[in-house]
This record gives sequence, structure tokens and C-alpha cells, in this order.
Amino acid sequence: MSQTSDAPKSFQEIILRLQTYWAAKGCAILQPYDMEVGAGTFHPATTLRSLGTRPWAAAYVQPSRRPTDGRYGENPNRLQHYYQYQVLIKPSPPDLQELYLGSLEAIGVDMALHDIRFVEDDWESPTLGAWGLGWEVWCDGMEVSQFTYFQQVGGHDCHPVSGELTYGLERLAMYILGVDHVMDMPFNDPQTPIALSYGDVFKQTEEEYARWNFDTADTEVLLRQFNEAEAHCREILQAPHEDPKTGKRIIMVHPAYDQCIKASHMFNLLDARGVISVTERQAYIGRVRTLAKLCADAFVQTTAGGWQPDSAA
Amino acid sequence: MPDLLIELFSEEIPARMQRRAAEDLKKLVTDGMVEAGLTYASAAVFSTPRRLTLTVEGVLAASPATVEERKGPRADAPDKAIEGFLRGAGLTRDQLEERETPKGPVLFARIEKAGRPAAEIIAEVLERTIRNFPWPKSMRWGAGSLRWVRPLQSMLCILNDEAGAEVVPLEVGGITSGDTTAGHRFMAPARFSVVSFEDYTSKLKRAFVVLDPEERAEAIWHDATNMAFASGLEVVEDKGLLAEVAGLVEWPVVLMGRIADDFLELPPEVLQTSMKEHQKFFSVRNPKTGRIERFITVANRETADNGATILAGNEKVLSARLADAKFFWENDLRVAKAGMEPWLEQLKNVTFHAKLGTQAERIDRIAALARELAPVVGADADQAERAARLAKADLSSEMVYEFPELQGLMGRYYIEAAGESADIAAAAEEHYSPLGPADNVPTAPVSVAVALADKIDTLTGFWAIDEKPTGSKDPFALRRAALGVIRLVLDNDLSLSFRMLLVERITFHELGKELRSVTDAAREIDSLVADQLHNLVPKDFTTDFLRQQLSDEIEANHKKAWENMRRSAELLSFFYDRLKVYLRDQGIRHDIIDASIAMQGNDDLTLLVKRARALSDVLKTEDGENLIQGFKRANNILTQAQEADGVEYSYGADPKFAETDEEHALFAALDQAEAKIAPAMAQQDFATAMAALAALRAPIDAFFEAVKINADNATVRRNRLNLLSRITTLCTSVADLSRIEG
Repeated sequence: MSQTSDAPKSFQEIILRLQTYWAAKGCAILQPYDMEVGAGTFHPATTLRSLGTRPWAAAYVQPSRRPTDGRYGENPNRLQHYYQYQVLIKPSPPDLQELYLGSLEAIGVDMALHDIRFVEDDWESPTLGAWGLGWEVWCDGMEVSQFTYFQQVGGHDCHPVSGELTYGLERLAMYILGVDHVMDMPFNDPQTPIALSYGDVFKQTEEEYARWNFDTADTEVLLRQFNEAEAHCREILQAPHEDPKTGKRIIMVHPAYDQCIKASHMFNLLDARGVISVTERQAYIGRVRTLAKLCADAFVQTTAGGWQPDSAA
Repeated sequence: MPDLLIELFSEEIPARMQRRAAEDLKKLVTDGMVEAGLTYASAAVFSTPRRLTLTVEGVLAASPATVEERKGPRADAPDKAIEGFLRGAGLTRDQLEERETPKGPVLFARIEKAGRPAAEIIAEVLERTIRNFPWPKSMRWGAGSLRWVRPLQSMLCILNDEAGAEVVPLEVGGITSGDTTAGHRFMAPARFSVVSFEDYTSKLKRAFVVLDPEERAEAIWHDATNMAFASGLEVVEDKGLLAEVAGLVEWPVVLMGRIADDFLELPPEVLQTSMKEHQKFFSVRNPKTGRIERFITVANRETADNGATILAGNEKVLSARLADAKFFWENDLRVAKAGMEPWLEQLKNVTFHAKLGTQAERIDRIAALARELAPVVGADADQAERAARLAKADLSSEMVYEFPELQGLMGRYYIEAAGESADIAAAAEEHYSPLGPADNVPTAPVSVAVALADKIDTLTGFWAIDEKPTGSKDPFALRRAALGVIRLVLDNDLSLSFRMLLVERITFHELGKELRSVTDAAREIDSLVADQLHNLVPKDFTTDFLRQQLSDEIEANHKKAWENMRRSAELLSFFYDRLKVYLRDQGIRHDIIDASIAMQGNDDLTLLVKRARALSDVLKTEDGENLIQGFKRANNILTQAQEADGVEYSYGADPKFAETDEEHALFAALDQAEAKIAPAMAQQDFATAMAALAALRAPIDAFFEAVKINADNATVRRNRLNLLSRITTLCTSVADLSRIEG
């Protein structure tokens, strides 16, 4: 990428600029969800908040884990732990494409020099029972974001429709900063006295996790935790809506959804350990999807999901 | 007369849907207009990633007024009947006219409909079109409920004539029609108004939008080939890719980039596939070496640096992609050079079909069959079996996992790398062929053996589990497989008796299925209570039980054998159906094929088709055509006489009872023909046999002309009927002519 005086100097500066940009566009800047997830979409601020009728606008960084993508920090582009930047606005505003392009300019992409394209890419998450239509956004032939209009989440039709933007931060930043290997990317300002590269921060953890993910994670423990999370998720949702202690209507959707997230991550780890056969795979994905659907069903029964006391049938 | 211009402006429409959508827009709008009486002179549609545009010239300013006369009930009909008629016609009693008819006074209504202005009709038709548009996939957005392929942003709809342009007012899902549109997303995003189609296209061009997809495709191809030519290179033609790329840009700018030297040693097909699938790049080839050395990418804009930044970015992305491909290639080569064992091992865990076992089991079957077929196709049995064992190994390779369309081709590269013979390597690539009616048919014996074995295994497998194609549903492409078998057999002139082959393979599948279920059951019992069961069951009981089991089994086996005969007969007639379709395209009628199918040896497709071709040729001659008439006449008279007399006239025509010259001549001609036909048929020389048959036409015609079959003398009559029988027997010894139509 051509460097101009306005170009960002580090990975974190790109993140900070995105935060500033989307804050200025009226999004609530949330923090990452405090659990292991495979993608920013799993954050309840996206999965659950895309359901129901209440307007929503949020943006956040989400550390994401894909155990099978681990390469001991040696592959220039592949990581088992990476960052996604996620924006969700409901209802999707009519100028969402322009807003998105504005965010690229904010992080130093000069629209007059680059070729930005919206290329068909329909999004589907079998584990979340969700799908939407949209594009992958190309900058000079490289995919820099996913742009999706959610049509269904957890088996529920989205009404109104949320517009979701997902930026793969490392890849986008490498392109903007002109770096060929992710580990060489400046994490903070390279001019600063203690300059840190992405490798300084993550090379060792990539090695540790790659070894654990592929070879040493205890599959019996993982399997037990998967089953426990699944059972617990169901139990939580089966509890009566009225809390006997406070007498309030409290449906424990988020605690249940945490168990769904946990089950999903356990599945990803089991998959990386290579103990799930092709035929079993579908069955596991189906089990997680069932949990996601149960959580979605419950969420629309809550205030945040658009439920109102008088609307109860 | 006014012209109509419609533009539906949206966020980016998937490239693959644009053309079809433009055609649908044209059809739905113009059909709707015509249905409402609004005719027009001509219409055309265009598409870009962001717009569908329809222009209709010479539209009526208004639909013509119409008058309809409707006949009602009699004037003296009950009030109820008259009221009903009035409601239907939308008139009152005093507006009806009473006319005398032969049936008495009858009421008539005259319903006049005024013409409607074009704008009113168009607004209705366009709204209906938008609301019911047949997108393959559509979506909602924002808080609305309108569906479109991606959010619809604006609607241009104007009627214009000499007096000027007028907006056709309408509103759909919160979008109001207007006379404005926008230019290129980045190069000229401002909105502007237009007054006509000419105005629209020329303003769009100034705003960096080429409206016509054909024009964009031509411009891309023109620039790409020129650019390649200037470097002494050539662009690899790809019409599908060209259409797709033309659907991704409004202002195409062609750029040619380099492929880093590291990657030039990859197989050209890998480069081409990776560049096309991931990046939508055209491959640029060095005509001298055949190597892919550059790529063409098409950007959607001009830039101040003439695309330098864009090209640099694309080159970088490509390098990352090709680094992956190279990684796969090198890993795969290591496995290949070591003999591919791990790949074959892996196929034991890949299910081909739940009821047909794993890929590994399938390979075992194909290998056995390829070995069996080897002598028929002239291949070495060991080579054929080895080729079949390796032909699908590449399915486990990393490259094929990434690019499934390279299956077979990668197999060839890897098998060569493993040091196997060129024939075995070629079989990996060719055994999937022919894939369609236009695809090349393999001719190398080893390839033919594996290709046939592969397809026959698939067909008999799915027949054994009763998964046949129905109607338009053919999820396992069995029709294609059957046509593949037919073409392999015919093009290679193979003589194969399909009936027993099919029964045998279907039975084999049956056994495999049982074996699997028995093994499963055994495993289950074993893990449960095998020991206890053994101790609990008394010895005598076991023997009796087994004896009974055995006789049951024999009976069951008979049933199964019949069942499998039936299945294979069905499969054979499935082949015949495919064969008829295939030969019809070559001008051979279905009744000619039926006439050939009715003969002995009909399960040898080569023989069958030879016979059909010879018959088809002879029927195109005048003699042949008339011979059929003569044959039919003989056959009819004979059948009638046999029915009437209750006797079969089949033997013993004797020249000594012949009375006329024509009769004698026919005896002589039949002797002559028989002398030629018998040896010709023995050598399957159908052309000679048919020619000899056709030569009978004149004597048969003359015989019918001169001789009365049903002579008064019973001996003479019987002799003549037996002579007719000689004709029909001889004719049907070549093909069953009774099946020929006309």
C-alpha cells in the first residue's frame, strides 16, 4: 500500500480508528465478549440483539478462535487466534455501504487509488441456524470484509433486518501497513521506545495453542464439557420464567447462551483434535444449532428481545 | 408514440444473476403491458452490477377503448338471474338491450371500457413486477418488507415523446419513482436526471458507466488480448469468466500482472484454476512454451497511477493464494512419490453412499470389474486393476480438497510422480470421461476399462438399492453415467453382453450390502452378550435352527435372484432409453432401435447399434422403404390366415406347387437372398444382409401383383402362405421389421 502522511502506523491504530469512526456514526462501542468464540457473530451483541424489533447499533473487537487454523505462528496469514471487528446496526440504514466505505477511508484506504468491489457472498452459519445475503468486499482483489444483511438467526426471521459488517483485522491491517507476514506487523507505534510486533505479542501463544489444539487437549474432558454445556443450556432455559426469590420475570437467556458458546468451542477443539468423523460432524453442528435456536426462542420472550408485558398472549 | 425507460437501481447484484434478471424484467413488464392492451414496437434490456434497465420504444399513449357485448338471460327470467347478470356486467337494468331471438326476447349488455393512459398501466405493471420478481434468492432490508436481490435504492421510470419526458408516478416499498440515476460508485457518484434512453446512456458513459454488458465484455476481451499480444503472449479463452467479470464492473479497466517465478513450475491447470476461482483472473499463456506466465485482472475504475496500486495489490493477493497452492502441491507430491498409501487408507473413512459403502469399498469393486473387463477392451488385466486402484487416490489430496474440479487431472500428475506407467496415470484423468454428450471418449484400453468399470459400478449400485432417476431428478447423474457407458462401448467398438454383467454386478452390490449389515450386527452382538448367548442356547436347538435357517435362506436366495434379474432388466431398458435419445440426435428413429432391440443379442450394444444403423440406411433407400410395405403386407395376410385357420404356416413352401412365373421368381430370389444373408449375419455384416433383403423388394412386389394368395386350391393356398412365412422369417432374421412404423 502506498503510504501517505495520514496512513496508520500500527495494528492498534487501525483498531482505534475503527472504534472512533463507528462511535462517531452512533454505534455503542462494546468490549469483546469474555468467552472463547469462533467469530464476532457469536457475541450476544450480534446473535441475540439481531433478534426482535428493538433498534440496535454496536461495534466491537472480538478475539476469535479457530483451533484448526493454527500453524504455530509460521504461516504468514493463518492464526488460531485472531481479531475480528464487528459492526451490527438494526434496522440496516439505507446508506450502510457508504458508511462502510467511509470506515475504509478512516483507516487509510484511498478510494481514488484502490479498486473496491462488492462480490456476491451469501453468509450462513449452520451452528447458529442463521443466514443472510451480502458480499465479500474486495480491495484490489483481496477480501477485506464481510457485509451481510441478516435474514434469519436462530431459526427466527429477522424483522427488522440487521446489517452486519465483519472486518478480518489482521489481514486488513497487513494490507494497509504493507506487511507480508502477520508476525512482522507493528502492534503499537514502531517509533515508540518499546515497539512491539504482532509476533512479540502472539508468536509464542500461537505455538502453545497449536500444540495443545492439535495434540494434547484432553478429548475426554472436552467431550464431557460439551455434553455438560449442552445439558446445562437446556436446564437453564427450562427454569420457570418467574424468579421465586424476587418474584420478577427473569428468563436466563444469556447464561444459557454462554453454555451454547461453550459447546460450540468444545466442538471446534474436538474437531481440531481430529476425533470427529465426517458423519458425526453434522450431528454435532446440529446439536449446537438446537441450543442456539432454544436461546433465540427464549430471547424474543425477553424485554431486550422486544417482548412487552401487554403483548403476552 | 412515447418511449418508456425503466431503471431499477440497487446495491450490487450478483454477477451470475444479472442477465437472467434483465430478461425477466423485460418479459414481465412487456407481457403485462400487452395484456393490458398497451402494445409497443420494440424493447431491450441491459444490466450492470447496480442496475437493471429496460427501454421500450413506440408504446401506445393509452390502451384502446374496448366494447364487449354479453348475452344475458331471457327478458322474462326470474329477477334473481337478471340481478346476477347485472352485477357481473356492472350495469343497471335500463342499460340492457332487449332483442328478439328464435328463443324469445333475450337481454344483451354492452360493456364499454375506456382506454387507460400508458402511465397508469405501466405503474401497475412495474409495481407488480417488482413485488413478484423471480430472483433465485431475495432478501429484505431495513425495517421494510419489500424483497429484492439486494436493497433496492431508486427507481427511474419515464415516458418521453417529442413534447418531453414525464415521470411515471409510482411508489413501491417506500421508494418513489423519478427521473434520476447515479453514475459510477466512485468516479461519478452524483445523481443526475435524464429525458430519454439516448440521454441516459450518453450521460451514464460520461459518468463512467458502460450500460451494455456485451459492450463491457467486448472491451475487456479486446484490451486483454491486445495487452497480451503486445508482450508476445495470449489470453486463455474463458467465456464464462468473461461474462462474470463483465458483471462485476461498470467501468472496466484491464490490467496485466506478473506471476512470481516461484509459482511458474506449478501445473498450468492449477495456476489457471486458482486464479479463476479465487481471483477471477484470466490466465495469460506463452504460446511457445504453453506455460501460464501472467494474469489479467479487470478493475472497476481508472486511477491517477494508472492502476499501479491496484495491480500491486492483486499481485500480492495472488502470491498468497499460489503460496497455498504450492504448499498443497509439494505436500501432495511427497505422498505421491511415497506410493500414495495414506490417501488410499483415508478413503476407507469416506462414505460414498450410506447404502453403498465407502470410497475404498467402491474402489475394490471397480478394480475387480476393470480386471474382468480388461480382455474385452484389450487392456492388460494387471494394468487395468492397478489403474482402478489408483484412479481416485487424488480425492484425498490437499489440492483436490481445495479445488475439487481438478480431480482426475491431479491424479494423473501424482501417479506419474509415483513412477507408475503413463497408461495408468492417464486412466486417472480419463476415467471420469465422457462427462457429457460433447466430451471426448477415452480410447486408451486401460482408461476405457476403468471408465467403464467406474460407471457400471455406479449404475448397478444405485439400481441395487433402488435409487433410480425419476422425472427431472437425477441427483447421482445416472443418466450421464449410462450415456457414458454407451459412448465408451460404441466409440471403442466393444462387444459386451450386458445382461449377465449387470445381474452379476447388482448381485455383488446386494452381497456387499448384506455383508455390511451382517458385520454390523455381529459387531453389535459381540460387544453385547456374545458369551452369554453361546452358553444359554442348547446344542440341538442350534442345529435345528440352522437347518431351518438354511432352507429359508435358499428360498430367500431364489427370490433375490429373481429380484436382481428384474433390476438388471430395468437397468438394461434404462440403457435403451438413453441409447434412443443419443441415436435420435444422429438421425436414427426410435422404431428402428426397437426393431433391433427385439433381436437376439440385444444386450450387446455395439451389435444392436450396427444393426440399427444398417437398417436405418436401408430404409432411406426406395427399395428398403417398399420392402417394408411388402413385408407388412405378407405379415398381415399371414397373421389373418393363421388366426382364421388356427394353424401356424411356418414351414414347407415348395416350388413344385408354384403356378406363376412370379411365384417361381420369388422362390429363386429367396434362395439367393438366404444364401447371402446367412453368412453375412454370421459375420454381423448387417449392411450386406440388409442389401440382400432390399433386393427382395422387386420379386415380392411382383408376386403380390400377380398372385392371389387365397387360391381356391387348398394346397396352392397353403403353399403360398408358407411362402409368405418364408419372407417374414427371412426379414425378421435381420431385424424385427414388424416394429417399423409407417
